[in-house]
Amino acid sequence: MNRVPITLLLLTTWLAVFGQTQFPTLFGDLGMPLDIRPALIVYAALTHGLPTVLGIALVSSLGTDALSANPIGVSLVPSFVLGLVLNLRRHLLLREQGYAQMWLGLSGGIAVPLMTWGLLLMDDRHAPIGFGVLFRILLIGFLNAAACPALFVVFDGLRDVFDYKPIPEMGFRKDREIKRGRT
Amino acid sequence: MLLNLPPVAAGRLRVAVSSLFLPLFGLAGSSQSIIDRAAYASLTRNTLIGEIERLRQTNQQLQLADMQGRAALDENVRLRSLLGWQPQARWTLKAARVVGRDPTTWWRTITLDFGERHGARVGQPVLTSDGLVGRIREVYPMTSQVVLVGDNECGVSTVIRETRDQGLIQATAADPIGEGVVLLRTLQHSPGILAGHSVVTSGLGGVFPPGIPVGQVLDTRPAEGGLYTEARVRLAARFNRLEEVWILTRQQP
Repeated sequence: MNRVPITLLLLTTWLAVFGQTQFPTLFGDLGMPLDIRPALIVYAALTHGLPTVLGIALVSSLGTDALSANPIGVSLVPSFVLGLVLNLRRHLLLREQGYAQMWLGLSGGIAVPLMTWGLLLMDDRHAPIGFGVLFRILLIGFLNAAACPALFVVFDGLRDVFDYKPIPEMGFRKDREIKRGRT
Repeated sequence: MLLNLPPVAAGRLRVAVSSLFLPLFGLAGSSQSIIDRAAYASLTRNTLIGEIERLRQTNQQLQLADMQGRAALDENVRLRSLLGWQPQARWTLKAARVVGRDPTTWWRTITLDFGERHGARVGQPVLTSDGLVGRIREVYPMTSQVVLVGDNECGVSTVIRETRDQGLIQATAADPIGEGVVLLRTLQHSPGILAGHSVVTSGLGGVFPPGIPVGQVLDTRPAEGGLYTEARVRLAARFNRLEEVWILTRQQP
């Protein structure tokens, strides 16, 4: 398989983590970052192998934790668990259907921040507790529900462009030619 | 926590990973300055002349206020020495640019392009011309992380300017769209606090110098069966629009 789509996926994840720290005026009033990491994990889990899922989880989680006040590594397990579960069960999922991608994006977008928040509450860092946090996690879920089908369209298109094409077989085969008459 | 790294190793890993994003932060800063320059270039000559005139007037007013302030400061120093009090620490201002916000939804931090190499130290107060922003939480070689007022890690000892009631600013996570609103709990029941009263830093605790504007009281209510008064405070600094901030550096007297 061509490495370009995987490289582009990792690059997008790196840019997505950076994008979360920007755009304060767009989502600042709601206190919600532009977090599409769960949608990227969902896409990677449904279309690539486990090493790619682990790579995306590592880049997105360590990047986010390093740029935030999170203890470093705290969001790695939730991201990887989501990717692992989807990857192992992907033969049961209607991954090519747009509505399935949307529901998976919504579920992932809620599950990853919720699990990370749960882990933080077990820590002694005094993460805030309140409906405000749950409300924002729900918004992140909706954001990922919208982002997931879009990622499928974009990256499937890129895969079509960069993947090696199968050699087209000709209808006419010379070795099967029936030769008539005497030579 | 989960990787169970010792603090030093975790700190190094954090610096190493965050340094991978430094080119992007630099690129974003350069793009912003190009956009700003383009915006200035598009201004007409008359607008620029008007702006220069306005700045000249403001500058004269500020110079006058500075002269009065210096005279008052000198008088304060003389009186303190006459009374035998400790001289107050002086503060200087250093400018920094906000290059990023916290990518999570539960912490309230920002990243500045002001690191250890520029003189950043943990605990230094950060403010804008509107009011208090927070304090430096972690320092990296080229950047630093500031924890904002309203985060659990940034408690601020404050005083109501009008009534001199003291209190502590606390985070409120229950409000879904309440990033600019924090909770002030007074040390005792204070029925005299009214909406619109100004909240400033008290100077207790030694982290923030006294008198920095924090915000204005929105409303009050008795708490803990009337033992305390809780007030919702709208912060003076607009965190969603932060672009440039000032870092207060303590000068040794």
